[in-house]
Amino acid sequence: MILLIELIDIEKQYIRKKAEPFIALRGVSLKLEKGEIFGVIGRSGAGKSTLLRSINLLERPTSGTVIVGGDDLTKLGEKELQEKRKKIGMIFQHFNLLSTATVRENIAFPLKISKLPAKAIRQKVDELLELVGLTAQQHQYPRQLSGGQKQRVGIARALANDPDVLLCDEATSALDPQTTDSILSLLRDINRKMGITILLITHEMGVIRAICDRVAVMEYGQIVESGTVLDVFLNPVHPITREFVSEVSDTLGSEALNAFAGAGRVVRINFRGEQTYEPVLYETVRGTSATFAILQGTVSRMKDVPYGQLIVELRGSDEDVNRIITELGQRGLAVSEL
Amino acid sequence: MMMWMNAEQETPKTVWETLETFFAEVDPKMISKATNETLYMLGYSLLFTVILGLLLGVVLFLTSDKQLLGGKLYARILYAVLSFVVNVMRSVPFVILMILIMPVTKMLVGTSIGVEGSIPPLVVAAVPFFARLVESALREVDRGVIEAATAMGASRGMIVLNVLLRESRTGLIAAVTITAVTLVSYTAMSGVIGGGGLGDLALRYGYQRFRLDIMVVTVIALVILVQILQMVGDALVRYFSRK
Ligand SMILES: Nc1ncnc2c1ncn2[C@@H]1O[C@H](COP(=O)(O)OP(=O)(O)OP(=O)(O)O)[C@@H](O)[C@H]1O
Ligand SMILES: [Mg+2]
Repeated sequence: MILLIELIDIEKQYIRKKAEPFIALRGVSLKLEKGEIFGVIGRSGAGKSTLLRSINLLERPTSGTVIVGGDDLTKLGEKELQEKRKKIGMIFQHFNLLSTATVRENIAFPLKISKLPAKAIRQKVDELLELVGLTAQQHQYPRQLSGGQKQRVGIARALANDPDVLLCDEATSALDPQTTDSILSLLRDINRKMGITILLITHEMGVIRAICDRVAVMEYGQIVESGTVLDVFLNPVHPITREFVSEVSDTLGSEALNAFAGAGRVVRINFRGEQTYEPVLYETVRGTSATFAILQGTVSRMKDVPYGQLIVELRGSDEDVNRIITELGQRGLAVSEL
Repeated sequence: MMMWMNAEQETPKTVWETLETFFAEVDPKMISKATNETLYMLGYSLLFTVILGLLLGVVLFLTSDKQLLGGKLYARILYAVLSFVVNVMRSVPFVILMILIMPVTKMLVGTSIGVEGSIPPLVVAAVPFFARLVESALREVDRGVIEAATAMGASRGMIVLNVLLRESRTGLIAAVTITAVTLVSYTAMSGVIGGGGLGDLALRYGYQRFRLDIMVVTVIALVILVQILQMVGDALVRYFSRK
C-alpha cells in the first residue's frame, strides 16, 4: 500500500470577531492510501469540509502537517502550491461551474490554467466529455443542465489535469436518489479504471456503503471511529456511528429487541464475503439438539462485499448453545451475545 | 419666451408650423458641432474611466475583507487608503472638482478649458464612481467559483481575468452604461468652464441669451444620446447574460 495523503495532527481554529476562536478541527490525523475510496461522515458542523479543504490548503490549518505525494504542502511557496493543486481534483456540492462558460469551456478551464496547447486541450476535453457522457451537451451553459449533469461537468473538470486524488465535498447532497446513484457509480468507475484515489465527505451512510472502502466518523472536530466500511458497519462502537449505521440498516440497536423476552439466548451473527450465502447457521445448529429462531436479519452488499447480519435466539441447553457459538466463531463468523 | 408669445398671437397655425417657426433660427451646424464635441468628450473620458476605474475597482475588490488578498496587513492598509480617497473624491461636487484640479489638468493636456481641458476632470470624477460599481459587480461573483479556480491551481491574475471579470461581465457592462450616462450629464456641466459640447451650448445660448429654441434642441439631443447609451448597454447585457 502506497501512502498518498497523510494528515498529521491537524488543528484548525477559525478566528471570530468578538468571540473565542472556534476550533473546527482538534488534532485530526488521517492516512489515505493510493487507489482507495475513503469516506468521512459526520453531522453538520462536525468539521468535514474543513478537513477536506485543508488537504489542498483552501483552508490553511492552524497547526499540523499536510503531506500529499511526499511533499509537506504547508511548507510550499505559492507557485509550488499551485502546481500541487493541479494534481488534487475537487468537486463541490453546488458544482461551482463558470456560469458564463459552456460545458466544454468549463472542462477546458483547468487545462487553460495549465497552459496546454489548444490542440491538446481539444483532445483532452473530448475524452472527458465522453467519459462523463456529456458530448451531446458540450455547447450548453450550466443553467441549461440538470443537477446531475452539472456534477458530471464538475467531475470532468476536476479530472482534466489527471489528478492523483479527487476530493468530493458533499458531491451528491444536492441531488435526488437516482442521480446520486449515477454519480456514485461514475466515481466508482473513475476509481477503478483510472486508479484515482477518492476522498469524499458526506452525511449519508448510504453513500459510504455504496462506494467506500474505508470510513472515518467525525464529531466535534475529531475522528471518533475509523476502519474498513464493513467493520465499522458491522461493529459500530461510538454512539454517533451507531446512529449513522441505523439509518441504513434495521438490524442494529432496535428497540424491538429490548422489549423481547424470549426463552433462549439472543446472539448477533455477522457474515461477510461469500459465506453470507452459505447455510452455515443451519449446519451448525443441526449438529446439536438446540433450535433457533431468527428475530431480525439483513443480507446486503457493502460496495462489492456481500454481508449479512442475523439476530438469532438460540434455544437449547447452555452446553449446546455454547458449542454453537464457538463453532460459528471457528467458521469465521463474528458472534456476540446480546 | 418672446418669440413663443408672438407666434401665439398670429393667425392660428398647425402644430407642425408652430414648431417650424419656433426652431427656424436654430443653426444645424452649431448643433452638430456641439454634439460632436460632446461625443468626443464622452468617448475619451469613458475610455480612460473604464481603464483606470476597472483597475481601481479590481484592487478595491481584491483587498477588501474576506477576498483574495483580504486579511493580509498590506491589503487592509491599501483598502483603507483607497477607499478613503475614493469616498473623498466622490463627495466633491463635479463643478468644484473641475475648478480644484485645474492646475493638474493644465499639466496633463496643456489647457484647463475647452473640450480637451474638460476630459481630465471628467475622468477624475468618474473613476471613483465607476470603481465602486466595479467593486460591487465583482462581489456578485459566486465565491464557490473563485474557490474552484483556486483549487485548480489558478494564480490570482488568472482568477481575476478568467473568473472575476468574465463572470461579472454583465454587471460590468451595466456599470459602464451607468457611468456613460453620468458622464453625459457631467459633460453638460463642464460648459461652465467653456468646455464645449451640448451643455455649453445650452448654457451660453439658452441661459445667457434667452434662446429657448436652442436650449430645447440641446436637451432633446442629450435625451436621445442617453437613450441610445442605455439601449446599447441593455442590449449588450442581454446578449452576454447566461444566467
Ligand atoms: N470561516 C469560518 N469562520 C468561522 N467558523 C467557521 C468557518 N467555517 C466553518 N466554521 C465552523 O466550523 C465548523 C465546521 O465547519 P465545516 O464546514 O467543516 O462543517 P461540516 O462538517 O462540513 O458541516 P456541513 O455538513 O454542514 O457542511 C462549523 O461549526 C462552522 O460553523
Ligand atoms: Mg461541509
